[in-house]
Amino acid sequence: MSLTNKKHTLVALVEDRPGVLNRVASLFRRRAFNIESIAVGRSEKPGLSRMTVVVDGNSAKIEQVRKQLDKLINVVRVTDITAEDIVTRELALIKVNATTATRSEIMQIVDIFRANIVDVASNSLTVEVTGDEDKVESMLELLRSFGVKEISKTGKIALTRG
Amino acid sequence: MKKTGAQILCESLIKEGVEVIFGILGGALLPVYDTLPQYPQLRHILVRHEQGAAHAADGYARVTHKAGVCIATSGPGATNLVTGIANAYMDSCPMVAITGQVGRPFIGKDAFQETDITGITLPITKHNYLVDDTAELARTVKEAFYIAQTGRPGPVLIDMPKDVQQEEVEFTYPEKVDLPGYKFVSRGHLAQIKKAVGRINKAERPVIIAGRGIVISQAYNELKELAEKAQIPVVNTLLGISSFPGAHILNFGMIGMHGMAYANMAVQNADLIIAAGMRFDDRATANTKRFAPQAGVIHIDIDPAEIGKNVPVDIPIVGDVKNVLKAINKQIERRDHLDWITQLDQWRREHPLLGHDQGNELLPQYVIRQIQEATQGNTIIVTGVGQHQMWAAQHFVYTKPNSFISSGGLGTMGFELPAAIGAKVAHPEEMVWSIAGDGGFQMTVQELGTIAQENIAVKIAIINNGYLGMVRQWQELFYERRYVDTKLWNPDFVKIAEAYNISGIKVKSREEVAPAIQKAMDHPGPFLIDFVVEPEENVYPMVQPGESLSRLLETPKPEMISSY
Repeated sequence: MSLTNKKHTLVALVEDRPGVLNRVASLFRRRAFNIESIAVGRSEKPGLSRMTVVVDGNSAKIEQVRKQLDKLINVVRVTDITAEDIVTRELALIKVNATTATRSEIMQIVDIFRANIVDVASNSLTVEVTGDEDKVESMLELLRSFGVKEISKTGKIALTRG
Repeated sequence: MKKTGAQILCESLIKEGVEVIFGILGGALLPVYDTLPQYPQLRHILVRHEQGAAHAADGYARVTHKAGVCIATSGPGATNLVTGIANAYMDSCPMVAITGQVGRPFIGKDAFQETDITGITLPITKHNYLVDDTAELARTVKEAFYIAQTGRPGPVLIDMPKDVQQEEVEFTYPEKVDLPGYKFVSRGHLAQIKKAVGRINKAERPVIIAGRGIVISQAYNELKELAEKAQIPVVNTLLGISSFPGAHILNFGMIGMHGMAYANMAVQNADLIIAAGMRFDDRATANTKRFAPQAGVIHIDIDPAEIGKNVPVDIPIVGDVKNVLKAINKQIERRDHLDWITQLDQWRREHPLLGHDQGNELLPQYVIRQIQEATQGNTIIVTGVGQHQMWAAQHFVYTKPNSFISSGGLGTMGFELPAAIGAKVAHPEEMVWSIAGDGGFQMTVQELGTIAQENIAVKIAIINNGYLGMVRQWQELFYERRYVDTKLWNPDFVKIAEAYNISGIKVKSREEVAPAIQKAMDHPGPFLIDFVVEPEENVYPMVQPGESLSRLLETPKPEMISSY
């Protein structure tokens, strides 16, 4: 087992009932597991939601996270898909300062990243970018030089390929 | 047929085989209590504090292997259950706790006696429910009992709003549960069992550490067969006591912080540990980095999350320990380990528990030995937490399976009296001794009222040293004898008992001990003995915090730390 910390992506199928997110969050707090992000929404199965949790830790710790999650009655199945071939996405809304001078430069960056401008104001633009973590991060990096006013990000969601 | 929520609760409890409920009513439970007389087959025992209800249900569960049921009203009634629920959770005891809740329209409004008890008990229950649809109540009760009693047992709480108790709906009790997210492995993986068998057959110095899992799955015979067939010495965790006959030649006692020296030596010198139904609690392993340094570890547990949680494991086997041991026993070779057993026997002779028969003082160990003498082990011992608990663990020979009931994981002082009530109510034909410290006794002393009202014939022994003794011992050893706030002014416990119409006697000398115990046993009802013992007697051996099981303080002399 590796003792070095690394980010793991866990996918959990959970019952779509009130309080389930609370049960999961409470477990993480109580066992001192570190959540990087958590995202949850309806799955293809009626009554079940799919939760994607990104956790930082060594493999022994992650194994504990997985087993403890699996013990929750409302959690139907948990898999650590880190080592698998997966597609991951996250979405960010970024409100960035824009003047007449910088507006077209920002729009070029948006184009390159195949992102969208979803709101235009006199002194700012709001950009919507979707992609894996690296893409969202590099886009953010480029926009920082213009002055980022606000950011809102979803957690990572993931599915295995094929 | 339409029934009220309160009737549905009672009928569901009866369907689950419930006979006794421990509780206290209150505003948010009036509909349930008003319905109780319709169901005379449900015996309700009115306790004096909800913590007592939870511990009584816990004690009941430990001796019957069925879920104990406790019930409390909303708000403070519910929060008073919390310690008892946490205690059951830590020791894997099946329990169904029912709480009243304010009516649904009031939830979230900070109504009178409203508290978010499902939120509060989230981390100390196996699962919990807030019933917001009366039509779901029967299914909820069915699931609660199923979850509490299967797999690794534990407490489940059902929070019932008052208007749910009053509402009428159609009642049918479900035949089956449908819980897609709940599973447990009962039979061990065959390949793992085979690996374990191979390892056991090759071991030269094997040791079985038997934990509470053996008691929970009643694997007493399977454990004995394994030990005898392959001639493997058995040591216990605290809650593993009475899973293996105390006087058996292969029983080498309790391991851990206050374990017997020879038990700890066995573990530290073993080349193979077979951990059966135990979870490597820090009080059992001491410093895990230096735990059983020469040994490979086979870990059998029904909870996969226990595997590898505290110590690395070579061969994990997830499953019910009874099934797993059965499978192992079928394949195991008959072996003898004469050299190893001889070595352990020698250690047992060289490192006995401290003498308790010399001198004139009344020593607590002597009291425990005398209860052993008088009962011949034919009793259930229920302890609280602290020095008296350790002496009861060390100096009593538990010959009967499941005859030692104690608060292990949570370490709840005051557990003993209400838990003894639960055990005695479950098995009225058995003798039940509640062994308490003078500190812990005062934490649940009000349950003497329950004992008197229901005439529950428990025998109560208070090991009265006038201190919060275990903490005083730590202050003596690690805080240069600064006894800050551990000295207790105590009332006259015999008078307290008498005020509750319970007979009692105070014992101050060795000569009085045996006659007093006999008197308690001859007395048909409950009986209390206040044993005024040597105030500063310590529990030895002791592994100091942070040390390994190999470094053991065996006597009051600090220079006598033995290393092996």
